[in-house]
Amino acid sequence: MIRSRSSRLEQAKARIAAATIALVLSLCAGSIAQQIGNPTAQEGVLPPRGTFVIRNARIVTVSGPDIENGSIVIRDGKIEAVGAAVNAPAGAHQIDGRGLSVYPGMIDAGTSMGLVEVPQGANGTVDTAEVGDLNPNAKAYIAINPHSAHIAVTRVDGVTNTLSSPTGGLISGQAALINLLGTSPKEMAVVPYAALVINYPRIGGGGGGFGGFQQQPANLADTLTANERQLEQIRKMLRDAEAYARARDAYKADPKLPRSDMNIVLESLVPYVRGERPVIFRADREAEIKGALKFAEEMKLKPIILGGNDAWKVATLLKEKNVPVILTGVFELPSREDDFYDQLYENPSKLQQAGVRFAISTGDAGPEVRNLPLYAGMASAFGLSKSDALKAVTLYPAQILNVADRLGSIEPGKTANLVVTDGDLLEIRTHIRYLFIDGRQVPLTSRHTELNDAFKDRK
Amino acid sequence: MKRFISRLLLVSIASAIPVCNAHAQRAAAQPSETLIKNATVLTITRGTLSNTDVLIRNGKIAGIGKNLNASSSARVIDGTGKYVMPGIIDCHSHSMLDTINEGTLAVTSMVRTQDVLNPGDVDLYRELAGGVTTLNLLHGSANPIGGLNTVVKIKYGRPASEFLFPGAMPGIKFALGENVKRSSTPNQPGVQRRYPNTRMGVEETIRDAFTRARDYKATWDDYRAKVAKGDKNVMPPRRDLQLQPLVEILEGKRYVHAHCYRADEILMLIGLADEFGFKIKTFQHVLEGYKVAKEIAAHGAGASIFADSWAYKIEAYDAIPYTAAIMTRAGVVVSMNSDSDERARRLNIEAAKAMHYGDLTEEQALKLVTLNPAIQLGIQNRVGSIEVGKDADLAIWNGHPFSVYSRVDTTFIDGEVFFDRQTDIARRADLAKERATLEQAEPNRPPAAGQSPQRPRGRRPSHRDDDMWEGEQP
Repeated sequence: MIRSRSSRLEQAKARIAAATIALVLSLCAGSIAQQIGNPTAQEGVLPPRGTFVIRNARIVTVSGPDIENGSIVIRDGKIEAVGAAVNAPAGAHQIDGRGLSVYPGMIDAGTSMGLVEVPQGANGTVDTAEVGDLNPNAKAYIAINPHSAHIAVTRVDGVTNTLSSPTGGLISGQAALINLLGTSPKEMAVVPYAALVINYPRIGGGGGGFGGFQQQPANLADTLTANERQLEQIRKMLRDAEAYARARDAYKADPKLPRSDMNIVLESLVPYVRGERPVIFRADREAEIKGALKFAEEMKLKPIILGGNDAWKVATLLKEKNVPVILTGVFELPSREDDFYDQLYENPSKLQQAGVRFAISTGDAGPEVRNLPLYAGMASAFGLSKSDALKAVTLYPAQILNVADRLGSIEPGKTANLVVTDGDLLEIRTHIRYLFIDGRQVPLTSRHTELNDAFKDRK
Repeated sequence: MKRFISRLLLVSIASAIPVCNAHAQRAAAQPSETLIKNATVLTITRGTLSNTDVLIRNGKIAGIGKNLNASSSARVIDGTGKYVMPGIIDCHSHSMLDTINEGTLAVTSMVRTQDVLNPGDVDLYRELAGGVTTLNLLHGSANPIGGLNTVVKIKYGRPASEFLFPGAMPGIKFALGENVKRSSTPNQPGVQRRYPNTRMGVEETIRDAFTRARDYKATWDDYRAKVAKGDKNVMPPRRDLQLQPLVEILEGKRYVHAHCYRADEILMLIGLADEFGFKIKTFQHVLEGYKVAKEIAAHGAGASIFADSWAYKIEAYDAIPYTAAIMTRAGVVVSMNSDSDERARRLNIEAAKAMHYGDLTEEQALKLVTLNPAIQLGIQNRVGSIEVGKDADLAIWNGHPFSVYSRVDTTFIDGEVFFDRQTDIARRADLAKERATLEQAEPNRPPAAGQSPQRPRGRRPSHRDDDMWEGEQP
């Protein structure tokens, strides 16, 4: 779209010699390009699931040893075969992988991808936080905009999957795990209802660093009471859901019992209070992480910590309870003046040493998610091994989100979410050469490449 | 009781000093000579030199070459496997500013960032740990014509007066677009909005200010001409602290650093500056600069940008990470800035992104955070490259600074060490002990009930384009 406008502009320029008028027109091009959610890099029809064979590439399987000179067969959306030698199906599209490396696509488990286009000045594009404090039935899956410009911008840098979470109140809603490709949430969803998201009440106000949702009381005693009251709100709703589920099951077993009306809010909580699906607690500070662990144990939930800036201080406990952490703070400033300068750079390495399960995330709503490899690389500059840094943005988040049977590494049978690069995936200067999501070859174009194409040769 | 009070005083003094300088690495009694041996030296102006020594003497770079000799008292550092890079220059920072915006008027050229420097801001130390040595401290973007800037070297642990970069060109902040229009400030009943409210009003505000400045200058020129002719009865005109800096701009003695986003407003300011006969030294952020790169180049302005930030507000929606490459190829002097104490710690990564997006050469990308910002601040004869005679402001990295796996070992300013990772690590046990002692001190124990302990003043939020209004964030 932009390109055709720009060529129209070129013709206009040719016709009208006056430089001033050309200038005015170039301004028009600017304002035309500035449209929200302009889906220029989106296709109305998905690229097909083809049959591909990538040959003679370095294959970084992540789950096993690297294969220095290997091949991969992709068919029907899956990785069909991987190895030093593979049998390529007849008619497979051949890709010469000499000098290239193949990695599994990266996964960022701490985003709101698709739920917000422009956070400031365009409220109509913001769908992250519902009104009120308790919204377990607010589902990211419903509101993800498949045509958001953020999606193509992110995937062309090698991030193929995100967990997109709502952010508001105390119980924010339910997160969706998506492929960054598709023309509808249904086409994109890997797990439509992947986790319940709770902002663990933050002592002194604010929820897990996602903005204040209450006025801070004047003194410490009131602060602690207010904090306990918020936790009690969450507790009560989860208990209600348990009771609701018991009553429903009892009625199912014995129709003579009173029938409880359907309650779609409590209904949505049932798999979470029964420990069938994970509950993500946003918590950064030591007290809140400990509080979340205690609360999860009390309520028999399956917890994941999101944020985790102080997780290194709670490492022993996290290990003991086997609770994983999605770290979003690698590029945050340490919050206290006397924190060591590298405290948050080192956090992943310390968790690794302590045997705590973790993943690295940008914690960003959308625009910065493409920088995920740099977050992992920085953690590696400060102690994490290179292979663990890579796992922290591939296999580890897949394991934490319970989709390691489908994502996170290169193994036969897994979804073909693959990135072909000319170098180390985490290095800044590396370029992506080919991208596959769900076995579909995705063009390496985005709103950004298109604006670049439209203006780079303007003389 | 008296003893209690004096103890309390002692504790609070003891706690005040380490908090202020807990991380500062004492530069006392540093040798006047340092020899870094056998490193890879990214000179910026003379390519990359491997297995090369760098000799620092009396704060200056005294030699670059093989097998250099130093005096017996010199500090000798084995640079084998390491990289030496000029200190990074951040052309858009608000670090160490106690306040950023004087937002009550549309023209605040009478206020100075130099008056609100806090040399104890711990983020300065964290920036040193990212190899940064020089900052352009800018006023915020609340007004079309903002306050005056301050260029500093990060001499953390020293008084503010020692931070000032001698000979840096004086500058001023201008701003266009959403922040100036106060787009994110909600209308309040009974409160009149500050003019301007549109991009039309922004242009008019700047035009009006320069029209007044031109008349003011003429009044002084007349006065000086009369005095020169020997007229003894002439009264000097009234000093106008608001217009004086604008006169300096007209005379080419003060650099304009103009915050902007959209192509239209960039062209507006170029047109206005051309009309009044002054230059824009840098466009700051300039997210749509790639759309009007040739006009920026023709004006002779520089551009100081983010690597890849976008979509954080409407006027940032057309930002693309190819901007550095497009503008560099159009002949614009481009720098990569942080506008954030957080991002300032990793400007090496931001510069390298120009190789990932847009394929600048390594030398072009390195310049984005060294020589180019030095040019934009008028300090290119002192810093921005590793050359004999230049200030010894540099950092030793444990790998190539464009690798995400690299970090800084040591940062020098004027030949003195202001950050050293090994020293930092060695002091941690002592600092932890000191912290534990202070936490046990009576005044620092949390009360069992009643009033909350006094909360320390909030740290400035890390922000992206200084659109956070001090104390009135919606």
